[in-house]
Amino acid sequence: MSRTTIPDPWQAGLEAGWQVTDGALLADDLQLDADVVIVGSGAGGGMAAETLAAHGWRVLLVEEGALKTSRDFRLLESKAYPELYQEAASRKTADKGITILQGRTVGGSTTVNWTSSFRTPPDTLAWWRDRHGLGTLTEAALHPWFERAEKRLGVSDWQVAPNENNQVLGRGCRALGIPYGHIRRNVRGCWNLGYCGMGCATNAKQSMLVTTIPGALAHGAHLLTRVRVRQLQFDAAATRVTALHGEALDADGQRPTGRRVTIRAREVVLAAGAIGTPAILLRSAAPDPSGLTGRRTFLHPVALSGARFATAIEPYNGAPQTLYSDHFMHTQPIDGPPGYKLEVPPVHPLILGSVLSGFGAVHAGYMEAMPQLQVMLALVRDGFHPASGGGTVKLDRAGLPVLDYPIGDEIWQALKRSWLTMADVQFAAGAQEVLTVHESAQPVRSMADARRQIETLPLQSGLARVVSAHVMGGAAMGKDATRGVVDAEGRHWQLANLTIIDGSVFPTSIGANPQLSVYAFSLRAAEALAVRMAGV
Amino acid sequence: MPNRRQFLQAGLFGGVLLAGAAWWAAPRPEPQPAAVSPGLVWLGAEDAVLIGAIAPVMLGLPGVPRELVIEGVDRAVLALPASMRQEVRQLFDLLGNGWGRRWLAGIDQPWSRVDAADIDRFLRRWQLSRLALLRSGYQGLHALIMAAWYGNPVSWKSIGYAQPAQVMAVLP
Repeated sequence: MSRTTIPDPWQAGLEAGWQVTDGALLADDLQLDADVVIVGSGAGGGMAAETLAAHGWRVLLVEEGALKTSRDFRLLESKAYPELYQEAASRKTADKGITILQGRTVGGSTTVNWTSSFRTPPDTLAWWRDRHGLGTLTEAALHPWFERAEKRLGVSDWQVAPNENNQVLGRGCRALGIPYGHIRRNVRGCWNLGYCGMGCATNAKQSMLVTTIPGALAHGAHLLTRVRVRQLQFDAAATRVTALHGEALDADGQRPTGRRVTIRAREVVLAAGAIGTPAILLRSAAPDPSGLTGRRTFLHPVALSGARFATAIEPYNGAPQTLYSDHFMHTQPIDGPPGYKLEVPPVHPLILGSVLSGFGAVHAGYMEAMPQLQVMLALVRDGFHPASGGGTVKLDRAGLPVLDYPIGDEIWQALKRSWLTMADVQFAAGAQEVLTVHESAQPVRSMADARRQIETLPLQSGLARVVSAHVMGGAAMGKDATRGVVDAEGRHWQLANLTIIDGSVFPTSIGANPQLSVYAFSLRAAEALAVRMAGV
Repeated sequence: MPNRRQFLQAGLFGGVLLAGAAWWAAPRPEPQPAAVSPGLVWLGAEDAVLIGAIAPVMLGLPGVPRELVIEGVDRAVLALPASMRQEVRQLFDLLGNGWGRRWLAGIDQPWSRVDAADIDRFLRRWQLSRLALLRSGYQGLHALIMAAWYGNPVSWKSIGYAQPAQVMAVLP
């Protein structure tokens, strides 16, 4: 008798004739044409692909990563990080001060994210209207796009009790009188496992991999994987994209195979993420009169705090992010000392071992205590304070992007305040010991000791552990060609047939986990593109 | 001309300083290791000795099976993009030659004979160094060794971790 196993919806789709080409297997150079080519298959590209294919356009979706589906997801970090993440989950800013977790696979970061679904906060939209001249971006105007994205992706309240890792956040906030809330999630039939970051083995997470990309393929779209778009070619006046030039990558996803891919399309959508999209524009020497291409890239820099409890936490089991607090987003003006959002991350052995500061006996002690370990994170809202200009995407000798993001004093001070807050919340929830994730920190057993220690911790890259899972900006919307790379609907100000549909278009960070913002803005931009295409 | 401080701050492992140091240093032959796992793809014999010496101290696990950590580092490096592999190469070359080991790591003995206390001092110095270059060298060693060991299911029992059995049973 055969074993009952979890079905993989891609298997049936491929058997039904979905058009998928693996660039690694190309024996010859490839020339393709389409009505629309979309570069990148993450939150932006996935939404754009389904929308445009449903309108009847011939869509070509190009992805640098490989096609990995639920049958490949083994709940194994050592397999997931190299296969599903940019630079094997070791992507770093230029000074190595911040480690960036970003997906590189069909579905992009949506395949590996932790399902937290927040609409763009109203104060962020107000700031974009007031300070960036984007007057059309009202809550009312965006409401239908959020609703549509939420409906498409099953975003809803999470009915199951939060896991203990999250309960600590709730308990600590209650004890301190700090408001907190429940996080909505884009899941259907979730098993409450906690392995979202390694690809959802049960297909419950409504990532692009199981929703819009299959939707687009069912409408006849063509998916081309393991092809990196190197360059856009323009007409003589540099007003239109005339072709895209790409290179096929080997099965390991790193070395070009030597096979070239040339694509011609009436409309071009860049959806390669807030590092990848500016990199393509920079490699192509795209017109950039505003000077903003690859500028003002934001990360929501994240600080971390570990805590040991006497009781079981098992931070690896259960839905990863279900409670949050925005209290410290609102204690100061939006452009004052940067605020931060409190959440908890899922904790698994490899990532804990790497992220936990220190070495030797103390480190080993914390690893051994993993079942009683709670980890909290604070995500800093960058891009609003006058000094918070974010980072700059640059190209290395191979033409690959490197994000230069020096951590400014205003961000350091926010990270430091957040260490204090997290220790406070953890002790209030009953922690026996708190370890600020910083190379100079030692475990402390009281808030008074935490305060004394945090006061002395050097605010320096490579000592404080700072990570990011949210890359935003670098090709921002602006009210005119001097103030942005694209207009409020993602259309490039100089290149008439180029639309940017991903997190690059945000003029600041979002101030919340950005996936739902990317979905809603992408639907809106893709529908606007469809209208333009139909009108010509 | 950048001053020294700017230069060091800008210095990554792809930087001129390390490449220069590694080239300028007269390489001293290290004693050959007694045995190297035959399965290694990227790591050389000298790299394996280096990692085998550092890993138990970094992990705080004196009895850790070194060959598993070495194999894990080999796999982890292979998964990195070329530019990062190049940086790891420079780091290992620097630590592997006598000049770098003595003057940058402060280790007088060859890696095959150095004792744990000396390695502990070296790691502590790099971990908290005022030079971004040495801090990032420490971070590189930390990340690779931690990933190599805790990414291996062999390590999980000792930290009380297990994958959820109800799912593992129904994976295709």
